Amino acid sequence: MIINWFRYASPVSFYPLAGRLARVFGVLAAALALIGLWIGLVAAPTDATQGDAYRIIFIHVPTAWMAMIVYVAMAFWSALALGLNARLSAMMAQALAPTGALMAALALWSGAFWGRPTWGTYWAWDARMTSTLILLFLYLGVIALRQSIDDPRRADRASAVLSLVGVVNVPIIYFSVQWWNTLHQGSSISLTAAPKMAMIMLTGLLFMTAAAWCYCIAASLTRVRAIILERERSSGWVASLIGIGTPP
Amino acid sequence: MKPRARRFAWIGAGLVAVVAASALILNAFRSNLVFFFTPSQVYAHEAPQSRTFRIGGLVQQGSLERVPGTLTVHFKVTDTAATVPVTYTGLLPDLFKEGKGVVAQGTMGPDGAFHATQVLAKHDANYMPPEAQAAIDAAHGHAGAMSMPSLHEARAQ
Repeated sequence: MIINWFRYASPVSFYPLAGRLARVFGVLAAALALIGLWIGLVAAPTDATQGDAYRIIFIHVPTAWMAMIVYVAMAFWSALALGLNARLSAMMAQALAPTGALMAALALWSGAFWGRPTWGTYWAWDARMTSTLILLFLYLGVIALRQSIDDPRRADRASAVLSLVGVVNVPIIYFSVQWWNTLHQGSSISLTAAPKMAMIMLTGLLFMTAAAWCYCIAASLTRVRAIILERERSSGWVASLIGIGTPP
Repeated sequence: MKPRARRFAWIGAGLVAVVAASALILNAFRSNLVFFFTPSQVYAHEAPQSRTFRIGGLVQQGSLERVPGTLTVHFKVTDTAATVPVTYTGLLPDLFKEGKGVVAQGTMGPDGAFHATQVLAKHDANYMPPEAQAAIDAAHGHAGAMSMPSLHEARAQ
């Protein structure tokens, strides 16, 4: 079976699909988070060095990963929006920014409350933390730049350029703990080495990561539906959808 | 070239330019982005002489001395190649332990000791239940055997 993907580049056909997908991923996120939290907070043992404080990892690491991944996704849609002049791509980029900002804020906030009992400080200006703070500011900058431009197509282009410039920060965050001496420890999990944590802890972390993925997808698809309605409000299909005017 | 291909070419060229610029900037700031200096770097005079900096390494086994009746502690920070004595008055973080990672902020005194104003614990990226840690310690023959991976990586560079 051949799916015509370009059909879904049109807001008219993407709107109902996004609604169905958002429901599926929303339910998945809740279920995975319940399992993940149960493993992380109940089933997993305490850590030998950090005691129970390490359990913040089950929130901290998934949100920090998603803050980076959502940014890359936002930059990807921004590049498509610039290159193809595609409306829906720009709307996807717009929809991802608040979710990414939330993830970055959660990562910094949970990190502060993890740092206090383990390192002895809420905050240090080391490379990992500073570059993550810059990531949060980039998200806020992209959102603010869009809000400050009235013409939506010009706002699309301006925020797309800023998103693309900022994407260089993502590898800096990821590799900061390898490139420089930092207070922040290195990665416990990588694709090339065996994980440095007990299997049950790793399982909980992977469940929470899957939950964070599903939440981010569900939240941004729900938001993109609102953006589609707002920006296509003068078109016939939106009018017929909400039951005013005549169907086209 | 079609307009669409030209736009993508501009986007690609722009990204390459931004990446190249950041790489040059980061390379120029390389030494200033370091959060702490290792004892070896301190002895090689790579650390600032007269202003505040951070020193990082492992707390040497058996080096921790508490001055009775005060909050003052003396300990030695080592990267296994060089060792710097540290003096600190104040509360130590919970994870501060002999054989574990530490980052102290302060200045080098004329007596050759590092006078710290803040001491942070640096932990590694290993997570395991206490029983597993006990088994590893038993296998190694003593408790607290730990490496500080980022330190070794930093020295290897």
